Amino acid sequence: MTIKQISIFVQNKQGRLAEIIDILGKNNINICALSIADTTDFGILRVIVDEPDKAEQVLKEAGLAVTITSVIAVGIDDNPGGLAKPLHILSAKSVTIEYVYAFVSKSDHKAYVIIKVDDKDKAIEALIANNVPVMKHEELNRWL
Amino acid sequence: MSCFWNEKEETMSRHEMELLQSYRLIEMVRRIYNNVPFYKQKFDEAGIKPEDIRGIEDLSKLPFTYKQDIRDNYPYGLFCAPLEDVVRIHASSGTTGKQTVVGYTQKDINDWSDCVARALYSIGTRKNDFVHVSYGYGLFTGGLGLHYGAERMGAITIPVSTGNTKRQVQIFQDFGSSIICCTPSYALYIAETMEEMGVDKSALSLKAGFFGAEPWTEQMREEIERRLGIKARDIYGLSEISGPGVAFECIEGKGMHINEDFFIPEIIDPDTGEVLPEGSWGELVFTTVTKECIPLLRYRTRDISCLTYEKCECGRTLVRMKKPSGRTDDMLIIRGINVFPSQIESVLLELGYATPYYQLIVDRKGNLDTLEVDVEMTNEMFSDEVKGLESVEAEIKRALDSTLNISAKVKLVEPKSLPRVEGKAKRVIDNRKA
Repeated sequence: MTIKQISIFVQNKQGRLAEIIDILGKNNINICALSIADTTDFGILRVIVDEPDKAEQVLKEAGLAVTITSVIAVGIDDNPGGLAKPLHILSAKSVTIEYVYAFVSKSDHKAYVIIKVDDKDKAIEALIANNVPVMKHEELNRWL
Repeated sequence: MSCFWNEKEETMSRHEMELLQSYRLIEMVRRIYNNVPFYKQKFDEAGIKPEDIRGIEDLSKLPFTYKQDIRDNYPYGLFCAPLEDVVRIHASSGTTGKQTVVGYTQKDINDWSDCVARALYSIGTRKNDFVHVSYGYGLFTGGLGLHYGAERMGAITIPVSTGNTKRQVQIFQDFGSSIICCTPSYALYIAETMEEMGVDKSALSLKAGFFGAEPWTEQMREEIERRLGIKARDIYGLSEISGPGVAFECIEGKGMHINEDFFIPEIIDPDTGEVLPEGSWGELVFTTVTKECIPLLRYRTRDISCLTYEKCECGRTLVRMKKPSGRTDDMLIIRGINVFPSQIESVLLELGYATPYYQLIVDRKGNLDTLEVDVEMTNEMFSDEVKGLESVEAEIKRALDSTLNISAKVKLVEPKSLPRVEGKAKRVIDNRKA
């Protein structure tokens, strides 16, 4: 029930992000969702792509530090209070959230959030039990 | 059976050793004053006469000799023996400037061989051992040094030299090599080749080895020991003093015993030249009291080390030196504290970041020196979370601060982003000089 997220170490340097994104583009890899965590010296670029294994390979070949992380993608109601629902469910089960980012799907115009938690099994169980839709990796194509 | 090659010299009391050293020093000083114009001039300029030297307590009155002095007298200007008595020449390849040329009389070769024989004996080599020498043979002292030492003690010497690594492994298998001598990096390369060839270390007769001629860490020792299934010991030397065997680790592996009846060591402050007390780190200096061809007074090795006169568990009383922590050539002075790039490398290796690339950037902000250590990220170090990366930085910073005694800024950088010069990393950028 998790999806694969690619994380890339990016040094804070002008033009560096564009160069990395170019590697994905040149290899015909489509980005579905993206976020960047930044500090003074470096950033971590996190992307959800259509072909995560291929993305990992081409990025590593380009000499980058890359890792694949399992994250949870949930569908939410695109209206006020929509995001609060899954967050409250996780909090009630004492699941810690490491980070969250959101995007809107092109095909069904629904809002989705990517959530990285400390205990993904417990999180998925709680979300499903409360009728929150959790995406499978195979369903990724629907977003494109 | 004795565990020593020269039991008397290797186990003598401090008093006996000092008497022997004094006797040899007095004789050597007369000899070089009369035969080497370079030293006569140095003595005369400093107002010292050979008879002023009455024992090793007068050692510090003598002038230093620098590598440049050997170069300035290229090739034979510092020879103290007539050329008809010289039987061999070695030379160290100078990356800058002229080669450093050294010569040996037959007695010099015999003494050097005894030094290496002591070393080989101390790690368990005996007459029916096969000593596999994979150091290069030639002007470099590594190959022939180990070779003559092994023959001197009567072991079966296999002069394989370096290269053709599959054949090295074949010789391990067919000839029954039990002692291996080479550079530590070549030992690891042989281990890798052995694994690729599917050769099992337990099917070999290897039991111990000497590795030297380049700096190596405790982590490399563990790796060599594990992958070759042997005891790996360090051997120290430099061609100016004789070659490998100036000092060696015995089987205890707790510091290197200096063959001090031949080479009297001192530790000095590299800036002031002042002799430092036992246990202090400083520049290692040798006076080669028995050398006939090219005896040197207080030769500045530029290696930073530290001495202990405590008796070793192996029974030897020979003074021990610690593995050099760096070279005075590489030393940086940051906020008045001596820093060696090799210390930073050890810290990173100890933390388990294997073969890290790093760069030191020294700068001055206002009146304060700053040190930044850039470390290349590896896939093993990388974490998807900021706090994970920040904890890697903090861990490195803590370890550096406590080793260097100054606060360093640690910055993680992308893999392969630091400049490399002909395959080697460029370690230090000192912006203070600009």
